[in-house]
Amino acid sequence: MNATWYQRFIRFTNARLWRLTHIDVLLAASLVLLMSGGLVVLYSASGQNMEMVERQVFRLALGFAVCLALAQLPPKYMLRASPLLFVAIAGLLVGVLLFGVGAKGAQRWLEIPGGPRFQPSEIMKIVMPMMIAWYFAHRPLPPSFKQIATVLVIIVIPVLMIAKQPDLGTSLLVAVSGLFVLFLAGLPWIYMLSAGACAPVAGYLLWHVMHDYQRQRVLTFLNPESDPLGSGWNIIQSKTAIGSGGVYGKGWLEGTQAQLNFLPESHTDFIIAVLGEEFGMLGCGVLIFAYLLVIARGLYISATAEDNYARLLAGSLTLTFFVYMFVNIGMVSGILPVVGVPLPLVSYGGTSIITIMATFGILMSIQTHKRAR
Amino acid sequence: MGHKHHIFRNYRQEQSLTQRRVIFSAVFVLILSLILMSRLFYLQVVEHQRYVTKADDNRVMLVTEPPPRGLIYDRHGVVLADNRPIHSLTITPERVSNLPKLKGMLSGILNISEDEWRTFDQRRKEYRRPYQSITLKSQLTDEEWAKVSVDLYKLDGVQVEAQLTRYYPYGEAFAHAIGYVGRITEKDLKRVDNQSYQGAQFIGKTGVEGFYENELFGRPGISKVEVNARGRIMEELERQNPVPGHDLHLYLDARLQQYAYDLLGDYKGSVVALDPNTGGILALVSKPGFDPNLFVRGISSKNYASLRDSKRLPLFNRALRGGYPPASTIKPFMALAGLEYGFSSWNESYYAKGFYQINPNGRRYRDWKREGHGWINLERSIIESVDTYYYQLAHKMGITPIHNFLSQFGFGDRTVLDLNGAGKGLLPSNEWKKAKYKESWYPGDSVNVGIGQGFMVATPIQIATAVTALANRGHYYSPRMVETVEQEPIDFGVAGEDHKIKLKNNKNWERMVNAMRKVVTDSKGTARRLRGTDYSIAGKTGTGQVFSLQEDEEYDAKNLVKRLHDHALFIGFAPSDKPDIVVFSIFENGGSSSKPADLTKQLFDAYLNDDYPKQYDFLKGDQS
Repeated sequence: MNATWYQRFIRFTNARLWRLTHIDVLLAASLVLLMSGGLVVLYSASGQNMEMVERQVFRLALGFAVCLALAQLPPKYMLRASPLLFVAIAGLLVGVLLFGVGAKGAQRWLEIPGGPRFQPSEIMKIVMPMMIAWYFAHRPLPPSFKQIATVLVIIVIPVLMIAKQPDLGTSLLVAVSGLFVLFLAGLPWIYMLSAGACAPVAGYLLWHVMHDYQRQRVLTFLNPESDPLGSGWNIIQSKTAIGSGGVYGKGWLEGTQAQLNFLPESHTDFIIAVLGEEFGMLGCGVLIFAYLLVIARGLYISATAEDNYARLLAGSLTLTFFVYMFVNIGMVSGILPVVGVPLPLVSYGGTSIITIMATFGILMSIQTHKRAR
Repeated sequence: MGHKHHIFRNYRQEQSLTQRRVIFSAVFVLILSLILMSRLFYLQVVEHQRYVTKADDNRVMLVTEPPPRGLIYDRHGVVLADNRPIHSLTITPERVSNLPKLKGMLSGILNISEDEWRTFDQRRKEYRRPYQSITLKSQLTDEEWAKVSVDLYKLDGVQVEAQLTRYYPYGEAFAHAIGYVGRITEKDLKRVDNQSYQGAQFIGKTGVEGFYENELFGRPGISKVEVNARGRIMEELERQNPVPGHDLHLYLDARLQQYAYDLLGDYKGSVVALDPNTGGILALVSKPGFDPNLFVRGISSKNYASLRDSKRLPLFNRALRGGYPPASTIKPFMALAGLEYGFSSWNESYYAKGFYQINPNGRRYRDWKREGHGWINLERSIIESVDTYYYQLAHKMGITPIHNFLSQFGFGDRTVLDLNGAGKGLLPSNEWKKAKYKESWYPGDSVNVGIGQGFMVATPIQIATAVTALANRGHYYSPRMVETVEQEPIDFGVAGEDHKIKLKNNKNWERMVNAMRKVVTDSKGTARRLRGTDYSIAGKTGTGQVFSLQEDEEYDAKNLVKRLHDHALFIGFAPSDKPDIVVFSIFENGGSSSKPADLTKQLFDAYLNDDYPKQYDFLKGDQS
């Protein structure tokens, strides 16, 4: 009987060559699909600036290189390195607070003498779940109360340091990446329910630690029309762009809203508004589908991983990736407050591409280093 | 750790626990994605019409308004670079539905040349921001403006924009000093803040305009305006006014500049006048000049080609970049070098024949006076400009002391503080010749340098700066154009401070000035025609060879084409005991040094005694 195209594809992905290179073909293919779509939108959003597109291609390629390099590293080494990395990056975070380089009123970067600047908080997004997964790797699941408390302390310390920079968005993502491990490790439902019940109290406390501009964002989110020329500007304009795109969109490079200069961040955080205007709901649907392909593969890798460490790490990394995408699209379409999270692998620029591709390198490593069955 | 756990751990159960959580997450992810999709559905399907209307009818645009550029004044408040309001006809291609039809309609209303249409089409194809208008016809007359306004409602995408444009009232005499602004190119945009220059029409390119771009530019205004579907502005919602650029006050004296330019007559050449007390540039003339107004709104290729290809090189800034042999004007400096290193003294006498030879039977280096000067001393060598004295002095000294001494005066260096593009000239040295020609320095090379010829090349501004050091008896300030920005003096830091030249015997300064005074007062002085002023002048003549004469060949002006005539140079300062002005001038192919000497005297009279011909009164300013 002739094999179907799907069976042939699976056979192709299982070929020895791929096994040798440690590339997970399904994941890589979904990523390429996502990135190429993103580049098409970026070309339009940047005002047809080919130079920007080229730089983005370069970054994506660099990200792929990092991904492939990490894929070669067997998970058992990651396991061993986890606590060390965590301590090292936490140390760098202290360094940022002490000698960080400022930009736009925030201290996020460390300058390597003679080298590039980098943002330790960005690396923490990967190292945090590694640390928590390492912690659970040596303990039976589900966790005891004492273990849960320990984990929460491990999470809170770096999160507070990052929040102090101040970088609320990143600190929340780092917290979330740690909490996902806790959840996957079998955090009892009752804890989560009671945490949900405490949310209003937490919200109240959060309101008091927030900076004025952050509060302003929340207020604007609740009622964007209250400040149409100030902080509400982006939301109103992005909703108009998306809404006017309709089902099929106005066509590539044809989005009048996007091509006008009102979205100051049209090629970074608000890039999906451009997609929504020019490619309509179909375009957005394809993009979300591409994301779901990546996430589905990540969750599959997690579910079929060989040990707790790999399972927890892979699951948490994948879910954090999802949070990125959800928060960004949610904020641009006006169901979440504007928190300055880029659309992963699509928004222009940022060190985030490298860290995100690094997480996929870890996923590939977990998948391709499974013992042959 | 861990050993005791192994007994009790149920790996299979732990695995299925995590897997259940992963499956739960997958369901959660799906639900949240559906929420996103339904949100998009709501915006793009349910509310679609509302947002389409909003997008079409109620566009809010950010419009930037370029700031008025700072003005440039001379030392007496004469405006040398002004802003003038003009009305331009512009088209926003995005708002035009039928361009050929529009072109036809416009041509029926106004007289628009082929060239204007061509330029417009060309700019339309270049990269620009969407919805940025393109100028079709600039500087509409009132009549044209009225004509277009009547029909404007029919002309989609066409508007008459009021703009401030740069205007240089006094044209070509000032072009090389003030510089000019020109249309912004993509290359310019790479070195400035893109955001600020949105909507700006031009940017400083050369001279003061180029160097002080940041101060002159200001900050653009931003307004949020509501425009209708046809792109007409309906209402201004919010506005941030532009901040005008800073005004600059120069050391330049407009009358002196114009006068000097005119005094050059039909000759090509350069005049640099400095205030030795401040280093301020009183005049910076390069002739011929050109009309800087041609560049403001983008020069036409025809005009540019004619300027570029002119044999008289009007675009070349001779004052800053022209490389000339300093000729005999170098002699005071050479003499001081000789004194400093002990190769000459004031008292020694020297018999000046009509030529100098490095060795018997060698090449004869001729003096300008064929029969020689007879017995002379150092002072007379300056007064009479004795070539052979300096041949032998340079020969004895060799190039290294010459190089070391002259470099203190700014030779071989870009001395000017606030103008770009100054040349370095060439102060030769042993090392330089080895690197350049792979040859060592020959005694004959020194001999030539001794009278400011041979390898030595200097720019007018360099020579004027060096003369300032003589005028001030050993110190000088690097020359500078701008005195204040918005009443605030400019701080040039260390570079703007006094340069001090130390001599072993400080009296040599005064004695050298005295010798230069006698160049004018002595009956044999080469500038004796300048006698009879009520202030005292110190000076030195120079005649620069354009080509080298063969040995024993005679210079015969009548038989040489003009471009091979000698350059005529003069340096001078006055009043000589406490100078207020230093002048260097060069008449290219001017023949005898009487022309620059006369020019210098006229400038001194003008500057020190306010003795200008009446015709320059319009450049007087308030003189306060």
